Amino acid sequence: MQVDWSKNFFELFGLPAQFDLDPSDLLTRYRELQRRVHPDKFASASAEERRLSMQLTTLVNEGYQTLRDPVRRARYLLDLSGVAMNDETDTSMKPEFLVEQMELREALEEACAREDSLRRLAELANDIEHRHAAKLEELRDCFSRGQGALGAARNAVRELQFLGKLLQEIREQEEELT
Amino acid sequence: MGIDLGTTNSLVAVVRSGVAETLADTKGRHMLPSVVRYQTTAPPLVGHEALSDAHDDPFNTIASVKRLMGRGVADVKQLGTQLPYEFVAGDSPVPRIRTVAGDVSPVEVSAEILKVLKVRAEDTLGAVMPDAVITVPAYFDDAQRQATKDAARLAGLNVLRLLNEPTAAAVAYGLDKGSEGIYAVFDLGGGTFDISVLRLNRGVFEVMATAGDSALGGDDMDHAIAEWFMREASIADDSDHRALRRLLRDARAVKEALTTQATAQVEVQGGAGLWRGVLDRNTLNTLIDPLIARTLAPCRRALRDAGIRAADVDGIVLVGGATRIPRVREQVEAFFGKPPLADIDPDKVVAVGAAIQADVLIGNRRDQDMLLLDVIPLSLGIEIMGGMVEKIIPRNTPIPAARGQEFTTYKDGQTALLVHVVQGERDLVSDCRSLARFELRGIPPMVAGAARIRVAFQVDADGLLNVSAREQTTGVESRVVVKPSYGLSDGEIERMLRESFSHAKEDEAARALREAQVDADRLLEAVTAALAADGDSLLSRAERAEIDGAMAALRAARDGGAIGAIKRGSEAVDAATREFAARRMDAGIRKALAGHRLEEFHSLPPGGDK
Ligand SMILES: Nc1ncnc2c1ncn2[C@@H]1O[C@H](COP(=O)(O)OP(=O)(O)OP(=O)(O)O)[C@@H](O)[C@H]1O
Ligand SMILES: [Mg+2]
Repeated sequence: MQVDWSKNFFELFGLPAQFDLDPSDLLTRYRELQRRVHPDKFASASAEERRLSMQLTTLVNEGYQTLRDPVRRARYLLDLSGVAMNDETDTSMKPEFLVEQMELREALEEACAREDSLRRLAELANDIEHRHAAKLEELRDCFSRGQGALGAARNAVRELQFLGKLLQEIREQEEELT
Repeated sequence: MGIDLGTTNSLVAVVRSGVAETLADTKGRHMLPSVVRYQTTAPPLVGHEALSDAHDDPFNTIASVKRLMGRGVADVKQLGTQLPYEFVAGDSPVPRIRTVAGDVSPVEVSAEILKVLKVRAEDTLGAVMPDAVITVPAYFDDAQRQATKDAARLAGLNVLRLLNEPTAAAVAYGLDKGSEGIYAVFDLGGGTFDISVLRLNRGVFEVMATAGDSALGGDDMDHAIAEWFMREASIADDSDHRALRRLLRDARAVKEALTTQATAQVEVQGGAGLWRGVLDRNTLNTLIDPLIARTLAPCRRALRDAGIRAADVDGIVLVGGATRIPRVREQVEAFFGKPPLADIDPDKVVAVGAAIQADVLIGNRRDQDMLLLDVIPLSLGIEIMGGMVEKIIPRNTPIPAARGQEFTTYKDGQTALLVHVVQGERDLVSDCRSLARFELRGIPPMVAGAARIRVAFQVDADGLLNVSAREQTTGVESRVVVKPSYGLSDGEIERMLRESFSHAKEDEAARALREAQVDADRLLEAVTAALAADGDSLLSRAERAEIDGAMAALRAARDGGAIGAIKRGSEAVDAATREFAARRMDAGIRKALAGHRLEEFHSLPPGGDK
């Protein structure tokens, strides 16, 4: 079997394994890979080629989604560097962050209960988006500091995931209200 | 050929001398009303004739059958009085409609429509045409897609691809206008609504997000108008199917008239004799506004999922007959903040796009770089404790896609695990569509939580799902192609095909042989092209000789005319080219990345080294 499934996503896309990435460069490479591997290019090929094409396109799609999202990309990089996230087993978080989370959750519940909940939710989403953006900057900084800051990067990723989940919940609430 | 199998109208298009166009019937009509009338002895009538009989023979004349595709009996009950047919009571999970020609399922009714289009294409082109791209609403779930594919098989078609309607429209539009940038396709037809956001770049059509409502369209407006008639004309009783059908027909005529006129005369048979009245556009607007409003929430969601704002959209393409309604255009313009593009025929684009895609898939446009990258419209998940859903593949994931999740046993000594696959966005299983249930058996008894069961989902390029479950420590495996409980089994389809062939002029065996020969020709052609491109660089002389030998054997079998031999020959060619296929794929990836910063790329081992 020639197709090398052991390559990581950065290798698959021919990109350096680092946090900083030019989204338009990624998109260009994604399109070029798709032009080579997509099932539409093998619709009348042998069964074997069709099967390979589907598997490879699946891999390219998975890689694209992993690399284009900064938080997923960071998780993936940490994983490559041997820093495990252990989401399930390790639930310890910085106390300040936990307090912040609780406050934001309360704000969400309160917003939902209000008359003008849609406006409240939009404000809250805006606030969380700002925190998310700031945290992303922090994460970028961690990665630029090299091996020594990977632990800090891991914390930042976990905090970003919390914020992301919260944003998602707000979106779902908004969808239910409209 | 490309087929737009619509709720109200269906079309077929083909590419001839490089130009894609829809085909007309002998009377010059392109649209085929998606209406089938069953008769006692004669074969069913399909299209215009059936449509004009709809109100005289309501029980045997099936319209808008697309709304029933992939639906269970319970869903159909919910649609309730909206459907003036008689459903067969019974324990079959598939809804069946009682007609003078016997009970029919929605899949069979759809197959009748497809058969007529297939014959139209074959008669027009004077050739056998088994291959088709069939369009489906982007928001169709797995069950609805599978049902559509079943209908195509039943009609004797080989489905090259199920293509999403808005994507097909984007292809026809984008290639025609040479557009680049971000486009929203707003498709409001007779029975379904789709919104897709696509990025067009040098022939690549990348769907960024899609949303919709697979039960919303012009039909619903007709119902709202018919109800208005009933109120105004004091028609209380809705049990008379003939009258109801007539009201719907009149409602549709009035709705369409109000697209160009400010008022329309109405004449309906009321409770107390003939009722005459006038419906003006303002009143129409108040009747349909709630329905139009239901299109905007999906628009909002599609934009959000695509990660863009309305202002980022470069153009809005309108598709579907109901987008001719001025109020719909107004609302779309208000939402996106710019007027929609109205320079295409909203009826034909979907079929035209499907024909272009079919042409690409059968390899007629090798030189062209068109590529469609689509997504899955609704999240896929499985049931976990407490009737909750665990999402495995979220909506708007590009397809093909695969994802796995590990589960464990929750009781000591548990030897079986029930896997319940669902599709939808809600947290509760009861609010999602149930796609399939299967059981992984033979798990060796262990303490609760010790088993590691990996459930893997694979969605193919048609958006169809395949699920397998495997106990990791022992390797016990169970695999299913998701066949919804109210779909047809392969056996059923084959039986129906056989039955239909026994009535047909054509001999089944001759047809099967011809299909096997067409398949063999296609394979031989594909391998020949692959050898011409890469044979010299990727194969040793011995390897090449082996492939040549298998091909020669297949060629002989093909001309020999024994189906079994042709199939075995095809399998042998597949086997002989396996290694070659892998090397080509590998070389393709390297070529895709060539020209990029190569020094950063850990190159693959050259073909044949492993
Ligand atoms: N001029 C018009 N004004 C208003 N409505 C129209 C007009 N022309 C067609 N329609 C409506 O458009 C609908 C049919 O549209 P279309 O043919 O695009 O649907 P379809 O492809 O059959 O359905 P779908 O795509 O939902 O499966 C019908 O409800 C019809 O009444
Ligand atoms: Mg349509």
